[in-house]
Amino acid sequence: MLLQDTIFETYSAIVSNKVRTGLTILGIVIGIASVIVMVAIGNGAKQQIEENIQSIGSNLLMVRGGAQRSPGSFVRGAAGSDESLVMSDVEAIEGLDSVASVAPLSSGNYQVIGNGNNTRTSINGVTQEYSEVRNVEVEQGSFITEQQQDRLAKVAVLGPDVIEALYGEGTDAGEVVGNKVRINGIDFTVIGTTVSKGGTGFNSSDDVVYIPLSTYQQYFQGDKYLSMINIKIADQDEMESAETEIENLLLAEHGIANASSADFSIMNQGDIVETASSVTDTLTILLGAVAGISLVVGGIGIMNMMLTTVTERTREIGLRKAIGAKGADISAQFLFESATLTFIGGIVGIVLGVVVSWVVENFFGTTTMVSNFSILLSFGVSALIGIVFGYYPARRASKLNPIQALRYE
Amino acid sequence: MIECKNLVKIYRTGDNETRALDDVSFSIADGEFVAIMGPSGSGKSTLMHMLGALDTPTSGKYFLDGKDVSKLSDDALATIRMKKIGFVFQSFNLLPRTSVLRNVMLPLIYEKVPRHEREVRAGKSLEAVGLPKNRWHHLSNQISGGQMQRVAIARALVNEPSLILADEPTGNLDTKTGEFVLQTFRKLNEEKKHTIVLITHEEEVAAWAQRTIFIRDGKIISDKKNS
Repeated sequence: MLLQDTIFETYSAIVSNKVRTGLTILGIVIGIASVIVMVAIGNGAKQQIEENIQSIGSNLLMVRGGAQRSPGSFVRGAAGSDESLVMSDVEAIEGLDSVASVAPLSSGNYQVIGNGNNTRTSINGVTQEYSEVRNVEVEQGSFITEQQQDRLAKVAVLGPDVIEALYGEGTDAGEVVGNKVRINGIDFTVIGTTVSKGGTGFNSSDDVVYIPLSTYQQYFQGDKYLSMINIKIADQDEMESAETEIENLLLAEHGIANASSADFSIMNQGDIVETASSVTDTLTILLGAVAGISLVVGGIGIMNMMLTTVTERTREIGLRKAIGAKGADISAQFLFESATLTFIGGIVGIVLGVVVSWVVENFFGTTTMVSNFSILLSFGVSALIGIVFGYYPARRASKLNPIQALRYE
Repeated sequence: MIECKNLVKIYRTGDNETRALDDVSFSIADGEFVAIMGPSGSGKSTLMHMLGALDTPTSGKYFLDGKDVSKLSDDALATIRMKKIGFVFQSFNLLPRTSVLRNVMLPLIYEKVPRHEREVRAGKSLEAVGLPKNRWHHLSNQISGGQMQRVAIARALVNEPSLILADEPTGNLDTKTGEFVLQTFRKLNEEKKHTIVLITHEEEVAAWAQRTIFIRDGKIISDKKNS
């Protein structure tokens, strides 16, 4: 049988049963499209989380107090739960050559009242280095200065989410500077606002109020301990050696001989990205697997339809065999038919998947990323499904005995 | 040239053994028009399946154009059917929703005949059975029963077979249309020297052939020239 004849036979078989063919193809279309959309959402989440982490600041090491890991255990104490880091640690770290700048931080959640509204947010006690180390950009006014730190000034820099919560959406940041806000019962003057970093969810770097560290320790915390020390390393290539250097320095400062009983922990950005990536990878696999199931169900639909077709066309198959068709001719015809169905379903599914991903991104605000890999994969899978699920019906057709097939009513 | 030597076909269902053909021997020369006649269950259908290379005998030999086809594989039998045999069935077995011309060309698809040549040969076949040209592009379900059977005959002719096998070709037709179809067979035999084997249970139909082989219970009862 020539290829052009196989194509023609397939074409006439498909058009002679438009509704059934359409519904069967729909199963594949939905399967393929959902694989593409789900994987795009998973990849989008991964990309967004990675961007968020990058926005925290580059070449960053973070030291948290009291988060040591006991040997052989993955259970950690809550970050900052132990009081171990103090300003003398910061000064010691500043003395290292590999360190560009150091920004200590103490923070807690408190109620902020302003403009008659209130919101509960993260109050970060910081020094002026914080804006450089953590890439915080000021939109209006200025950031915390050294003088304000020295004077225990009651000044505050508001993040965009806080402004929105207190003054309403679309408020011009310039109008907010100079206003008074009340934090935990103490009046603060707003001296600046920060540029949105677009972070989402918990730990958003937009939902935050910065005040001088000294003020925080005096009025909110009541002691001299730090939650965290952010360290900017001068050279990206020296991250690892700097990490070791800082660890040894702090161990010496705290008089601890054994590194496994350290009362602090050091994280670098690579670790955070890796952890977040592994979470989103799992998410992508999960979403992809759920969508994959629908693809398999679509494949079973194909098999079901092909079996029905073979039964319906038993006499025709008998006739074709009687006039000289070989088993291979018959099975090629049915295999080609099922492969064509999944091929069409694959193409339509890819188009639909890309369109839906675009809609999700533009109308629902969820970042999606359609990867060429997921397109190729789902296309390959759909072609494979056509062959795998078409094989059994095609084989059944080719094995039909022509005498019995011709008698079939 | 057809030669059957001691054909035996035994069907087994469970413990039962049915001898559908019991030591059948005969030969048919090229250009003969032969009727195989017998009541239902006589084994005439089984014999037709042997002659048409749709089935192989349990024992015995069947020579078609001097070639023994009684021990061939399924695919080899398919090739024999493709090249040497044309079938005409009681229920026509045309592809529905498909044009007359395409139905006639169908056997040539499996022979990988180029498209243009296919149309020429199908046209010749349709002319040979006398189907008016204005019907060639009709769909197979839009023509009358008699025309359908003539299309089926044209399909049987298109691969220029050594043998045309017609299984109760008039069974689904009224007497008048049936006669017209039989007339077509006779004409093909007389004018184009086609070898035709007609399987039937009706004496009037068998009478159109030059010779009648009568079988019953798997055995040949009589084999005589029609007067």
